Amino acid sequence: MAVSRETIANGVLALLLLVVPLLAAASGETFYITLATRIVILALAALGLNIALGLGGLVSFGHAAFFGLGGYVAGILATHAFNGEAVLFGLPATTSMPVIWLVAVLLCGLVALPIGVISLRTSGVYFIMITLAFAQMIYYFAVSWPDYGGEDGLSLYVRNTFPGVNTTQPLPYFLICLGVLATAVCLFWLLRGSRFGAALEAARQNTTRLSAVGIAPFRIKLVAFVISAMVTGLAGALFADLNRFVSPSMLSWQMSGELIVLIILGGKGRLFGPIAGAMVYVMFEYALGDITERWQLFLGLVLLGVVLFARGGLLGLVAGRARHG
Amino acid sequence: MAEAILQLTDLRKNFGALKATDGVSLDLRAGEIHALIGPNGAGKSTLIHQISGSLTPDGGSIRFLGQDMAGLDMAARARRGLGRSFQISSLAPEFTALRNVMLAVQARQGSSFRFLRPVASDKSLTDPAMAMLERVGLENRANVPAAELSHGERRQLEVAIALALGPKAFLLDEPMAGLGPDGSKRLTGFLDALRHEAPILLVEHDMDAVFALADRISVLVYGRVIATGTVDEIRANPEVRRAYLGDTA
Repeated sequence: MAVSRETIANGVLALLLLVVPLLAAASGETFYITLATRIVILALAALGLNIALGLGGLVSFGHAAFFGLGGYVAGILATHAFNGEAVLFGLPATTSMPVIWLVAVLLCGLVALPIGVISLRTSGVYFIMITLAFAQMIYYFAVSWPDYGGEDGLSLYVRNTFPGVNTTQPLPYFLICLGVLATAVCLFWLLRGSRFGAALEAARQNTTRLSAVGIAPFRIKLVAFVISAMVTGLAGALFADLNRFVSPSMLSWQMSGELIVLIILGGKGRLFGPIAGAMVYVMFEYALGDITERWQLFLGLVLLGVVLFARGGLLGLVAGRARHG
Repeated sequence: MAEAILQLTDLRKNFGALKATDGVSLDLRAGEIHALIGPNGAGKSTLIHQISGSLTPDGGSIRFLGQDMAGLDMAARARRGLGRSFQISSLAPEFTALRNVMLAVQARQGSSFRFLRPVASDKSLTDPAMAMLERVGLENRANVPAAELSHGERRQLEVAIALALGPKAFLLDEPMAGLGPDGSKRLTGFLDALRHEAPILLVEHDMDAVFALADRISVLVYGRVIATGTVDEIRANPEVRRAYLGDTA
């Protein structure tokens, strides 16, 4: 079977993502490793949203809620562990990343479930607004809760730990994040090709058709929304550890918008769309951010171009229209 | 007399002052094609929507295989064996013809909450789906996205999807709509044989097809069934001639 152009493009992106940080490490330019880690984590967050938005057509404008919750899980657990205190009901705090990830993923799933149950009763613009409303509620809650820094946010004294890896060094931490992203990409690929994925993509295209064959769209969308939130939450936990800092800005509606922008830029529903989007976004931020504070103006122009002339995103430009086998 | 598979009793639906369905009672029996005809605005679509579950009746009951359908949504009714086709083709446009049918096969097999096994290589989905496409004569177009199929091919695909559900009764809403004479003729032959698999409630404007196929006809005018009977009875009914067939019979 011929290798599609999208597969080649994906391969190039994957290679870049691995090779550039290794070269940077070899030449001692740790800053570029941090930049690459940022790309990887933002890509993971957007990949989560891509399950709901790209596959299911659910334009959630509130995924920052899950990104931020994941971040706060990492921040709060680490702070208590540092102070030698219990968290809740005498449960011990921890600085172990795998445990933090698990808590972040489970918490985001638990929070996404009621939000999904309520939001999915609406569709279109109303769905966008109601997910935004939920995220704003959580945002203002974080701002007004002084125990964990309120508006000022929460610093992590040291990066959390991972068994057998020195996470304080940029390259090992990058590789951990890349491993998580690679796993998530594989799971996304499996999910998209599965029965669940078929039902979810049908729900995006035509809910009536899905009902008429006897599959209730609501449950399919709800499960997709919850999985989507869990992945974005995991990215949030990684992001907190990258910056050793969590603040309400991770929960802000601008963050939700950023995640949508990453997907649209890269190509929605595409396997490597969020990765391409995050690369372009972070590159712009880095390359133009030095020259002008208003670098987002130029990002806006690119976004405008993509929306007007390349509906399949940047990957769509390279690979052509998506086809469903 | 054969038992009723589908039984509507005194069904009512109002939109404001308009009585769209006004005390409709009719049944669908095993092995028959029961055609529902009536002029535009008679309430045929409203009736179909209530049977399939996309509209809730104001009164009366719908029983399917002896079970009251009240409170069941469209998906639940489809799972119980009500296979419907739409007046305006309703497909997943980005999916190929084959994947559209595979979705129905998957739904029939049960759970869609399977997250890992790829469907593309799953023979338990592709084989039955391909068989259905062959039955409607669409096997050469299996890998074409539904959006790129011709109008007639989309109608065929609708039928293939309904078939793949293995339903206990078919609810076909103007399956001939927009088909040329050849397509109509072919579909008529196809439906003729299909009635032995499961009875068909057929809403259709093509009178040639209706008279060729129907075991019984019900005539709907202003939300009421004004007559039910065999083709000959309906042709001879003076009230029907006045209300509906007047200019064609």
